Amino acid sequence: MSGAVQVQADVLTNKKVGAFQHLTLLAPGVAEGFRPGTLLAVTVGGPLSERQARRTLPIFRARASAYGGTVEVVFEPTEPGESWLAAVQPSTRLDVLGPLGRPFALPKEPVPCVLVGYDAAAAPLLALAEKLRERRCDVHMLLGAASEARVFGALDARRSATSVTVLTDDGSLGSTGSVLTVLPDVLVKRKAAVVYAAGPSKILHGVAVAAEQHGAWSQTAVSVPMPCGTGLCSACVVPVTGADGVVRRARACTDGPVFRGDRVCWEPVSA
Amino acid sequence: MITTLSTTLGDLTLPTPVMTAAGCGGPELGRFVDLTTLGASVTRTITLDPLEGPASRRFAETPSGILTDLGMENPGLQAFLAVDLPELAKQQVRTIVSVAGHRLADYAEIARRAGGAPGVTGLEVCFLDEDPLAAARALSVVRRDAPPGVAVLAKLPMGPGLLDLARELSSCGADALVLGLPLMGLVVDPTTLAAFRGGLAGPATAPLALDAVWRVHELLPDVPLVGVGGIRSGSDALAMLAAGATAVQVGAAVLRDPTAAHRVQLELAALLDPRGLKPADVVGIAHRGGLT
Repeated sequence: MSGAVQVQADVLTNKKVGAFQHLTLLAPGVAEGFRPGTLLAVTVGGPLSERQARRTLPIFRARASAYGGTVEVVFEPTEPGESWLAAVQPSTRLDVLGPLGRPFALPKEPVPCVLVGYDAAAAPLLALAEKLRERRCDVHMLLGAASEARVFGALDARRSATSVTVLTDDGSLGSTGSVLTVLPDVLVKRKAAVVYAAGPSKILHGVAVAAEQHGAWSQTAVSVPMPCGTGLCSACVVPVTGADGVVRRARACTDGPVFRGDRVCWEPVSA
Repeated sequence: MITTLSTTLGDLTLPTPVMTAAGCGGPELGRFVDLTTLGASVTRTITLDPLEGPASRRFAETPSGILTDLGMENPGLQAFLAVDLPELAKQQVRTIVSVAGHRLADYAEIARRAGGAPGVTGLEVCFLDEDPLAAARALSVVRRDAPPGVAVLAKLPMGPGLLDLARELSSCGADALVLGLPLMGLVVDPTTLAAFRGGLAGPATAPLALDAVWRVHELLPDVPLVGVGGIRSGSDALAMLAAGATAVQVGAAVLRDPTAAHRVQLELAALLDPRGLKPADVVGIAHRGGLT
């Protein structure tokens, strides 16, 4: 949560990757505090924009460097603000805040981990896989999507993960089916101790349930609109059970986006 | 540069006329901006008992604005005094506590306990109801029970009853009237056709807030006003002063820029200084034909 900065970032590259957009920014100071799971809150529409809310996106990668450092996000343009972002030209200047929020918690021991990613939300799991491998954890990755164009990072994943399984609804890449269908068997076969997941709430809910049944911890990164990124506006709340058993409205941008899967009250979220 | 911005609201003297609006200057922003340089920071609205906001949608983006419905979510007076307020006091932020109540006894208790808490500069009473007599009674109770030296501000809804309400409240011992609470707006999701209703904030509301300040200043030229609505820049703040506000609050702009209030203050100073003007020199000047 600490170490977040506000910087005027310059667009270095903005590329279409399948159904998604991959944006790389020169953003000094963001990489230093980056942990997998943290967020970047981006203004859209330029200085005279009529759009007042930030778009808060999971950070794909961040690299510190002598010339300032870069930060990358991968997203699907689903509304006008994101469509604007998908069309920005190199050297466009964007006001960004980051890294924000609570990252994925890493195991202290080298234990088998299963990472479940869906669509572009899978992007931060690649940096997570590297961190887990540094800690000598076995990393088994399940990447799911509707079709090939919506699978993100399958090639990169093969570099950092111990094993990678791709599943698409239409079978256009990998096996046909859903990550949730195969997950229980994978957890048993890999003797998973921790399951990390990023994707829509329905997937996260399914992962949390499967992890619980298997007796593994789950760490789920929720994706809901976060209009400010700083925790101020409280528009991004998710019901989460505290250690005291009391359900509270937790802010995804500040108290999350990563929550223990067994602590999130998924029904209202994934409805 | 900021030394020229000193501003007086009734018995309250602030180093600058720029505050953050209710709920828009929380300790969350402390890591991006120095809130201690601001005139004051107004907390989210606190009620006696905790209120849980809606579990469903709370936010929508509209042309040059936002709609929010937080259901006045707050931890209640007790938890606020125990947790939130000490955090603000630690950051040495000049704090005005926004408060709301249902019964007169609520107002009395909130005025006593919040007003008497260490580090509280003032109370801003948030009136959702337009009934002038009920509001006047509540405001009188807050003024009576708030400790001496604690400023009392009244934030008014901007509906058709604005002038009546302003006239009524101006005689109840408030140091300033805050104009005003957001008007309601509605969006309909183009896919699901579900509606979402919330308070409209952001630049879209600037002309409405300016007009409210203009009309109330015309009616009650001696009552200090705080203008809030759509302020993003020093020149927005200057316009609000010219329309009749003695101070301004920066609200929704902090979503886009957490340093917005601080920046507005610097920009305001940069607009006033070269002309040798202090904020008080321009208050209501638009009613006198502007700078001549």
